[in-house]
Amino acid sequence: MKDEVESREDRVGKLKGLGCSRKRVEDARFTQGKGNYVDDIKLDGMLFGDFVRSPYAHARITGINIDAALKVPGVLAVLTAKDLEPLGLHWMPTLAGDRQMVLADGKVLFQGQEVAFVVAEDRYAAADGIEAVEVEYEELPVLVNPFESLKSDVVLREDTVDEDGAPKDGAHGPRKHHNHIFTWEAGDRDTTEQVISEAEVVAESDMYYHRTHPCPLETCGCVASMDKVNGKLTLWGTFQAPHAIRTVVSLISGIEEHNIRVISPDIGGGFGNKVGAYPGYVCSVVASIVTGKPVKWIEDRMDNLMTTAFARDYHMTGRISATKDGKITGLHCHVTADHGGFDACADPTKFPAGFMNICTGSYDIPTAFLEVDGVYTNKAPGGVSYRCSFRVTEAVYFIERMIEVLAIKLNMDAAELRRINFIRKEQFPYTAALGWEYDSGDYHTAWEKALKAVDYEGLRAEQAQRIEDFKAGKTRKLMGIGLSFFTEIVGAGPVKNCDILGLGMFDSCEIRIHPTGSAIARLGTISQGQGHATTFAQILASEIGLPADSITIEEGDTDTAPYGLGTYGSRSTPVAGAATAMAGRKIRAKAQMIAAYLLEVHDDDVEFDVDRFVVKGAPERFKTMKEIAFAAYNQAIPGIEPGLEAVSYYDPPNMTYPFGAYVCVMDIDVDTGVPEIRRFYALDDCGTRINPMIIEGQVHGGLTEALAVALGQEIAYDDMGNVKTGTLMDFFLPTAWEVPNYETDHTVTPSPHHPIGAKGVGESPHVGGVPCFSNAVQDAFRPFGNVHTNMPHDHWRIWKTAHDLGLHG
Amino acid sequence: MGKKMHIQMTVNGKAEEFLAEPRELLIYTLRERLNITGPHIGCETSHCGACTVTLNGKSVKACTVFVAQADGSEITTIEGLGTPDALHPLQVAFKEHHGLQCGYCTPGMITRATKLLEENPNPTEEEIRFGMAGNICRCTGYQNIVKSIKAAAAEMNAAKEAAE
Repeated sequence: MKDEVESREDRVGKLKGLGCSRKRVEDARFTQGKGNYVDDIKLDGMLFGDFVRSPYAHARITGINIDAALKVPGVLAVLTAKDLEPLGLHWMPTLAGDRQMVLADGKVLFQGQEVAFVVAEDRYAAADGIEAVEVEYEELPVLVNPFESLKSDVVLREDTVDEDGAPKDGAHGPRKHHNHIFTWEAGDRDTTEQVISEAEVVAESDMYYHRTHPCPLETCGCVASMDKVNGKLTLWGTFQAPHAIRTVVSLISGIEEHNIRVISPDIGGGFGNKVGAYPGYVCSVVASIVTGKPVKWIEDRMDNLMTTAFARDYHMTGRISATKDGKITGLHCHVTADHGGFDACADPTKFPAGFMNICTGSYDIPTAFLEVDGVYTNKAPGGVSYRCSFRVTEAVYFIERMIEVLAIKLNMDAAELRRINFIRKEQFPYTAALGWEYDSGDYHTAWEKALKAVDYEGLRAEQAQRIEDFKAGKTRKLMGIGLSFFTEIVGAGPVKNCDILGLGMFDSCEIRIHPTGSAIARLGTISQGQGHATTFAQILASEIGLPADSITIEEGDTDTAPYGLGTYGSRSTPVAGAATAMAGRKIRAKAQMIAAYLLEVHDDDVEFDVDRFVVKGAPERFKTMKEIAFAAYNQAIPGIEPGLEAVSYYDPPNMTYPFGAYVCVMDIDVDTGVPEIRRFYALDDCGTRINPMIIEGQVHGGLTEALAVALGQEIAYDDMGNVKTGTLMDFFLPTAWEVPNYETDHTVTPSPHHPIGAKGVGESPHVGGVPCFSNAVQDAFRPFGNVHTNMPHDHWRIWKTAHDLGLHG
Repeated sequence: MGKKMHIQMTVNGKAEEFLAEPRELLIYTLRERLNITGPHIGCETSHCGACTVTLNGKSVKACTVFVAQADGSEITTIEGLGTPDALHPLQVAFKEHHGLQCGYCTPGMITRATKLLEENPNPTEEEIRFGMAGNICRCTGYQNIVKSIKAAAAEMNAAKEAAE
């Protein structure tokens, strides 16, 4: 009876479905110290493995003596490449079609490279064992600059050249030099050259997007446990893609895939760091097979920063052409990409430079050409997408800097230049010059809203006054207004063009409705802080009419979850979220038949209404989803199988294209180089909004990681290939003290092809934030002749910019 | 390897006694020896604060304290702050105000915040940001952490007033 008097609004509210700022179900365990991260796993007899690492960036190994190490109390084994070679595991395939040494095979190519794996009873014994391993190195010339590497006679990778020293073809075709990896092109070279050569105005810029690192608070690690009685391998680890890891482990170890169970427990942040396959995983598995005991490997922070998963390191050269009025006519981009000693970039197989070809940005640019050359150097391998879809941060930084540089050349306001070049709302779906089809957007509305919210004209007036005051000696602080408008490409992706090692990048959801009207859903993704257990239950609640609080979401166990490609590149909501909605619709379709049977009407005579099916035109006659769930298990319904379950594998028809408009206002002390962020306004359009609280949290976090990258964070090397920023003393992670409060805002332009119109948001703030912070710094110095300076804009570099512009008198 | 030392300490109200090498770090003692896995390891250089515990009334980073230095001490970790039925107001506030995402920094963050609010029951935003600067979070951008701590402070002050 109660249901009958309950308003529709109340029933919607009870579901806590789409659009609700539902509190997170994950938080109870995390706030009470009861999270279960990989390093919390303890198994009987578990051993601990750790690496002897190379102190040199490039050296031949002439000898390894493990005798003393084996005598250290508690040390059980020391693995070297020689031990792995008979198993064919001394090298492993990378995600980029290259191969990588698991343990140094005769030489090392970067500082920190894995040379030997010491297996001991605990961490202390392992550390003692590492000290006792004697490795003889013969130093070789070090190449840390990709331009020099391409000119050098020094062959970094002997395995990639033939007997005459000529480069063999790589995974992406012919190579130009023995240290060259690939050339990748998009767009029309000749037309672009012609358009630029005939243009009224051309602006050019060289920019270096420095190497950095995702640096989640939890480092990478795993526990491998080979059960020799049953022949089963269980591998717990910090895996952003557990199913892909299972397949890779099976392919390289020869263990049949059904005998491998990969489990991603709670993950302490990923940001791309935990996508790849690392030597630690392979060595732990081998060590467990060799010793018959579980083996744990956990990186320390230096290992993490020095060896797994760098990001960026793109040297970009741009030319952009326009009419005198500022209408952009063409764009040319060349990238020299430093991939380190092995090409282990985590990109879809056909995209060795990721989606760098989104570099025409949010603008209607008729002609463009992109060329990327990948290069080997003596730096760590990796090349992951640090809080962005594949290389999208680089692409957006590139175009948002080129726009600023063009505005300077045109002597035009950069906000206006953007406005007159935006892709117009009616042009969507829009096919960009470099090939992508943007699904939906309304850039002008978002831009106007943003500029109005910050009183853009007022800010420019204030800035003009500040410049007067500065010139008059009344202040030593300049004011910068940073603008960025970004379009992301996320949700990889359609199986027709997106795969990793041949695995199509679909994703999945499986739902089981229990008789009493609660449910469990399992997905092929894995949360690393995004709150999947909260938000995916919300998607389902709206689809199947059961309260989110009655739906358990489970991810990360390959024995129970359906196959999926994991969580990175903002793909969870676009792909697995779509699978969730589609699986929910299958549940609903069956529920409709059950309801019609129970109500004794034809299937077409009932319709779904929030949490029930009602007889059309007779809303007092209905069956709730809870009742239908029970009926599915207790009634023999002609022509319908018992039970209420569904599974969906979703192959997205297209990527999704979230966008946003950001403005940063900054005061810069020219004498100290310290920037003070006065205001940061972020408008995000991620399509349909599932949980506004979580979206806002994602934006805060992504902006803070953007602040870090733009204003100080880098993995820097000296000429000898030594990592200069290998600890948190030198590698900048902002604290609460350096971070401002952010203002968040939104527009909603649903994706037309996604079942619920959602686009993904976790990475947008990083992608849009980096150019916004950088543009603010550069804008402050624009009146004094600055065109472009490279990130990271740490205090010293800002001071140097001021100094070089003659602002220190 | 050194000679083992006889160590006594009280952790979350429970007396513990064991033999340990003096080089053993307190975070290892807690996590590996005593199975208290709330405090985490993030950097092992005192920068990130994931391992923050309260030792004799002070916030310390357990990753850079030798167990020998902690002999005879009284230690509180996240596990000692509340129970599932009676959560600490900070534990409630962090959930209520979305003050966490991956959860890895959270135990250290909340443990530090309990001391901050003991030292300064009514902190300004600036005082919170300064007082929490030893604890790094990679996910939240701190805005909601600050909000959570403010809310918990208000809650605790109101409860105190009601009791008086």
